[in-house]
Amino acid sequence: MATKDILPQNPMIDPETGEQRVIAPGHTFRSVTDKLTRIVLTPHTPLGWFFGFALAGSIAMMLLVAVTWLFLKGTGIWGITMPVAWGFAIINFVWWIGIGHAGTLISAILLLFKQKWRNSINRFAEAMTLFAVVCAAMFPVIHTGRPWLAIYWLFPYPNTMNYWPQFRSPLMWDVFAVSTYATISVVFWYIGMIPDLGTLRDRAKSKFGRFIYGQMALGWRGSARHWMRYETSCLLLAGLATPLVLSVHTVISFDFAVAIMPGWHTTIFPPYFVAGAIYSGFAMVLTLAIPIRKFYHLEDLITIRHLDNCGKVMLATGFIVAYGYMTDIAYAWYSADKWEFFMAWNRIFGPMGWSYWILIFSNIAFPLTTLWSRRLRQNVAYLFIVSLIVNTGMWFERFVIVVTSLTRDYLPSSWGTYRATRWDYMTFVGTLGLFTTLFFLFIRLLPMIPMSEIRQILPGARINEAELQHKGGD
Amino acid sequence: MPVREGIYGLLAEFDTPTELVVAAKASYNAGYRRMDCYTPYPVEEAAEAMGFDEPKEKAVSRVCLLGGILGGLAMFTLESWISIWAYPLNIAGRGKFSWVAFIVPAYEWTILWAGLCAGFGMLALNRLPAPYHPLFNAPNFRNGATSDKFFLCLEADDPRFSVTDTRSLLESLHPVSVVEVEH
Repeated sequence: MATKDILPQNPMIDPETGEQRVIAPGHTFRSVTDKLTRIVLTPHTPLGWFFGFALAGSIAMMLLVAVTWLFLKGTGIWGITMPVAWGFAIINFVWWIGIGHAGTLISAILLLFKQKWRNSINRFAEAMTLFAVVCAAMFPVIHTGRPWLAIYWLFPYPNTMNYWPQFRSPLMWDVFAVSTYATISVVFWYIGMIPDLGTLRDRAKSKFGRFIYGQMALGWRGSARHWMRYETSCLLLAGLATPLVLSVHTVISFDFAVAIMPGWHTTIFPPYFVAGAIYSGFAMVLTLAIPIRKFYHLEDLITIRHLDNCGKVMLATGFIVAYGYMTDIAYAWYSADKWEFFMAWNRIFGPMGWSYWILIFSNIAFPLTTLWSRRLRQNVAYLFIVSLIVNTGMWFERFVIVVTSLTRDYLPSSWGTYRATRWDYMTFVGTLGLFTTLFFLFIRLLPMIPMSEIRQILPGARINEAELQHKGGD
Repeated sequence: MPVREGIYGLLAEFDTPTELVVAAKASYNAGYRRMDCYTPYPVEEAAEAMGFDEPKEKAVSRVCLLGGILGGLAMFTLESWISIWAYPLNIAGRGKFSWVAFIVPAYEWTILWAGLCAGFGMLALNRLPAPYHPLFNAPNFRNGATSDKFFLCLEADDPRFSVTDTRSLLESLHPVSVVEVEH
């Protein structure tokens, strides 16, 4: 049954396709420009924005406190110890990077597949990528304890000790994967924003706004020649970002898969990590998009269609993740290796087994049974809840992978347990605050929906072939 | 650049992309070559109407390819040099030139430099950043070129350009307005 049969009178249903519209009817170039520039250029910042920004900012302050104390005392303030030397830092690192991946998927992979519906959500999904990478990259860096001393073994540069890094280690691969990912994400995001910054420059009333946006727009004037090179450049960047995003989580999974720990040393890790990353990333897109579209009344640009499609992507990637969990257990059984077998048993029924069941509930049992329903996928409240649950579940997935394998490995005499300290929690919650703070600044100061891309999918953008034939007369 | 004075070109404003494409085609057919269209979003037909074909020109793609090749080679060479000569490490007796492990950073740098070249190469080919441009002097340009209007500018450098004839050509194409743009 098509959506139009359920809601025949709804203006948001396109009568031609019977599906939800990507953009509400009645929008023109001018109305889209007005609506989106007003959010940024208004001198009256909404009170709700200040409230949210203050709240997020104070949570981010907690990160500052936690990291300052860490630098003064060392990583001993965290719960990491032998045998669990990775703990929260790596769990959070993998979780944050994963969240970033949906942004690149939306902006790059869906661009290559010519999925026009992505246009209105791609900018803030890319911003989400960027801020998630900022939070993620912080963890391995502060995990080194004294990051100012870590530079010489992380980056190949001529130093007075005549020391050079060790390129056979997956941790070095990480450095290059994550730094490349961050750089390319910034370039892609900024290049995508240049035409919109030009719009802001031209629409800004204040001299200061004109100057700042003018500098940032780099003199963009919308020349047709520029646009053609710009389009090529965006396609190339999308084509490069696609293998990049797949490689980043693959390289991160190598940190685990190259080690010989039971439960880590499997070939399923790269695809299973990438699918999990996209799963949690789309959940985060929903977590952000739903309140933003409500607060700024953007329901006509970020429509139910977008939310529905995000739900569908989550359903598909969720099943890949479920397949990964099954393979994990099948591998333990098929390997006929008693340590692998014990690890699987320990993961599910051991002292940390509760975390496994949380992840099964929040990644598999709840979302993958309910996301099938179109009615639920088009229900905003349900999607918001499911997005929070999936993000929690994906965090627990990394917790399970890192902690249960490390607490009980080959030698029972070296078994241990893991308990995070308040500094671990403060650092983690602090990065949530930092992420939200950056996001608040972004939606206030930069165009969160790409106007130039929205204009392309408006009905007014269609070239009238008949008129062209009639008047063109070659 | 020397300070230039006088007229930069004639700027015609249109309401729809179709009118712009028609006008660009007509001007091209009338023999004008030094011209450009200005649109708030990419209009491929406008570029084609002026005889500009980026896919054929391939400048951005070439820069990108070159960047990628150089980036990948640079990283692979650096890794090999470090691991064989500069700081050889004996890791469980494995060979010093363990090139399989070097692929990952080299792969990342291929993408890094290809991406940087695609982005910055595009800006350089477009002669951006260019904070000043004569078109910003036109009274109606900033009001619409980046939001909802479509412009065609026939530039004074063109040998066929004459203030009167060019203006009458543009006016015959039913624009909203035609204005002179000063340098």
